[in-house]
Amino acid sequence: MLKDITLGQYFPGNTPAHKLDPRTKILLVMLYIIALFCAGSFVAYGLMALTLVVCVRISKVGLRALVRGLKPVLFIIIFTGVLNLFFTPGARDLWAWGPFHVTDTGLRNAAFMVLRIMLLIMGTFLMTYTTSPIALTDGLERLLNGLKRFHVPVHELAMMMSIALRFIPTLIEETDKIMSAQKARGADFESGNLLQKARAMIPILVPLFISAFRRADELATAMECRCYHGGEGRTKLHVLKYERRDYLALTFGAVILALVIALRAFGL
Amino acid sequence: MSEMIQTESLRFAYPVNEGEKPVYALRGVDVAIEKGSFVVVLGHNGSGKSTLAKTFNAVLLPAGGKVYVEGMDTLDESLLLDIRQRVGMVFQNPDNQIVANVVEEDVAFAPENLGVPTEEIRRRVDAALEAVGMEEFVTHAPHLLSGGQKQRIAIAGVIAMEPACVVLDEATAMLDPTGRREVLSAVHRLNREKGITVVLITHHMNEAEDADRVIVMDDGRVAMDGTPGEIFSQVARLRHLGLTVPDTVDLLDRLRRNGWDVPLDALGVEDCADAIARALGKS
Amino acid sequence: MESILQVKNLTHTYGIGTPFQRSAVEDVSFDVQPGEFLGIIGHTGSGKSTLIQHLNGLLRPTSGQVLLDGRDIWEAPKKIRDIRFQVGLVFQYPEYQLFEETVYKDIAFGPMNQGRTGDELDHAIREAARLAGVRDEHLEKSPFELSGGQKRRVALAGVLAMEPKVLVLDEPTAGLDPAGRENLMANIRDYHRNKGATVILVSHSMDEIARNADRILVLKSAHVLMSGPPAEVFARSEELLSAGLDVPQVTRVAMALRARGVNVDSAVYTAEALERELLALKRGGAPC
Repeated sequence: MLKDITLGQYFPGNTPAHKLDPRTKILLVMLYIIALFCAGSFVAYGLMALTLVVCVRISKVGLRALVRGLKPVLFIIIFTGVLNLFFTPGARDLWAWGPFHVTDTGLRNAAFMVLRIMLLIMGTFLMTYTTSPIALTDGLERLLNGLKRFHVPVHELAMMMSIALRFIPTLIEETDKIMSAQKARGADFESGNLLQKARAMIPILVPLFISAFRRADELATAMECRCYHGGEGRTKLHVLKYERRDYLALTFGAVILALVIALRAFGL
Repeated sequence: MSEMIQTESLRFAYPVNEGEKPVYALRGVDVAIEKGSFVVVLGHNGSGKSTLAKTFNAVLLPAGGKVYVEGMDTLDESLLLDIRQRVGMVFQNPDNQIVANVVEEDVAFAPENLGVPTEEIRRRVDAALEAVGMEEFVTHAPHLLSGGQKQRIAIAGVIAMEPACVVLDEATAMLDPTGRREVLSAVHRLNREKGITVVLITHHMNEAEDADRVIVMDDGRVAMDGTPGEIFSQVARLRHLGLTVPDTVDLLDRLRRNGWDVPLDALGVEDCADAIARALGKS
Repeated sequence: MESILQVKNLTHTYGIGTPFQRSAVEDVSFDVQPGEFLGIIGHTGSGKSTLIQHLNGLLRPTSGQVLLDGRDIWEAPKKIRDIRFQVGLVFQYPEYQLFEETVYKDIAFGPMNQGRTGDELDHAIREAARLAGVRDEHLEKSPFELSGGQKRRVALAGVLAMEPKVLVLDEPTAGLDPAGRENLMANIRDYHRNKGATVILVSHSMDEIARNADRILVLKSAHVLMSGPPAEVFARSEELLSAGLDVPQVTRVAMALRARGVNVDSAVYTAEALERELLALKRGGAPC
């Protein structure tokens, strides 16, 4: 059933990882990604993996939940791995068959690429697992605040994102209801070829769109009635504030990045 | 002045396609809502009751005549935020007026818009949730609550503006009896304890039982206006306007037609039983 | 008489094996006779929505059975769609499921899925529209131009057009004004009476159920609390009230009268009946 899908997964908790300012976490993930792209040796990747394991431990999220997050992108990981493995030109062929060559460089590149993608995804997921969507939106809005000078509608974008997050469960529930109602009139979503299946979606999509527009219209009126007039002069219930632990965490992140760059400089 | 809201020969028409004649949803309404009162507006669908409500905080603007909120003209654009802060509005569909995915964030929405300082927002959010009896749900996700609870969150979201008046535009129509009771007792409490003026738009007759005043709309005009007792004793008139009377009044009306001496304005179950017992010589 | 629909020890459990495991319906059994008007009442969350989705095979029981004409509807799971044509289910706020360009086409959706064509299809559509009170001049209009109450009638016609043996209605009058409610219920009553159709009405309005149903099934937290003809159910009004359910206003007046020493039957639920009792009492010279 559609209801079983959880989006923007967040595991509430009270660990230091949860308490960090969302901006800190976004910056840390960015540092982590930069470091991943600088890493060029098994030692460096080992360091990155170790960093992740330490963070996971602190967050008490559980490695299994993180690994489960890899499932939807498994195909991409395998595809990249295979591509790198068979098609990287190198000095020495370990194995060859027609256009397929497995070289020593290929083997190394494949391992690095797979590691890089896996660590990148798990690192990002660790952030979304420990940060509520609303805090994340808030953090993004504050980080991008500077872009307002260039007429980027930062507040509006953040507001749209948080409203979208608010309405995802409502719309999923509604889709479920409409599907049941059409099934009760004998609609068949399972059989037929691709075209027939696509056509069978019309009785779901039309009511869903109409209802989404009606909701948007009513929500806009309700927001105006609660004195919404854009981001100007708005205050916040929860004000973001950097604490000592945020500075510590950012320093820690910078040190890791410096280490990885240093390793690269020394050719390790 | 002691009027919360006042309308003067108010007219309103919804926009139509070019070349068509406008159909007036309101055709000359003069009402004055007294401060601190609990007013119920009744009427069948299309009577104009919901349109009237929407003119009370400038969601809809008069096409003719005036609406004054505490003396402020709703046509004056510079007063828009003040008017909306004074008159809060709760709508029919609870799902379409909740903005945030955490209860406290949603209740904070209006004070945030008004630029209220952070500590004051906290205080208002807690006070508003307590006023509607939802204080245990501060960090809950609204979409997991029942209809009545969602609607109480919506009321709290309006109360956090500290308005003088709350208008409920058919806010009970989509609720089950339990949800309806929850919402009604919450607004009655706000009226009683905080002196907030309440305007309740509904087509459920029994929600009017405890009101100070009932206004019945028909065809864009005020058809009846008085205390619940005065209104509901006019059984034939109400039926003519497409409204039903509470079963208690229906019963009393039947007995009167059989020559019994019972009053028609005993709306509540207990009052009705008292009246009948008295007529039977028991008390 | 042979039951048209039988529910036997039906249980439905959500989220089996997770911490959220919860039975929405537990060990529920009841029969429906052909031509009967059954009312089902209960709180939101009492399991009535889950229960009725089993009657046309939208949900499959965790355990227990649903029999239509004596045969288990899940006997051949591949043919479950046929069951949906025989047990027509009208959901709450059904106007939100309309999608076609015209009212006529929207009503046609169900019978076309049944494989009907030509004159037979046309006849089914027009007859359903008539029964649901959809006006002829609306048939070629877009359903989205109609008022809320009219849209709901179109949705009802969309189910009636499948000519189901059993019609199940979930809160058909929710959100309508008193006149709209009364008109729609009148259409449903006519359909029941003139067609001899079997109707199951789910509602949280005790008054609405009391006025229409031959028999009432009261659900409370996934179980059947009581069932029987209205007079039998309302004779247990105290129990209903303590279960947090409503009883009709007239029944409450009768109860209040009894508390004042007026000897009326506390199981009455219509103003006419209580009026008759009171008049008889007055004529008889108020016995103590």
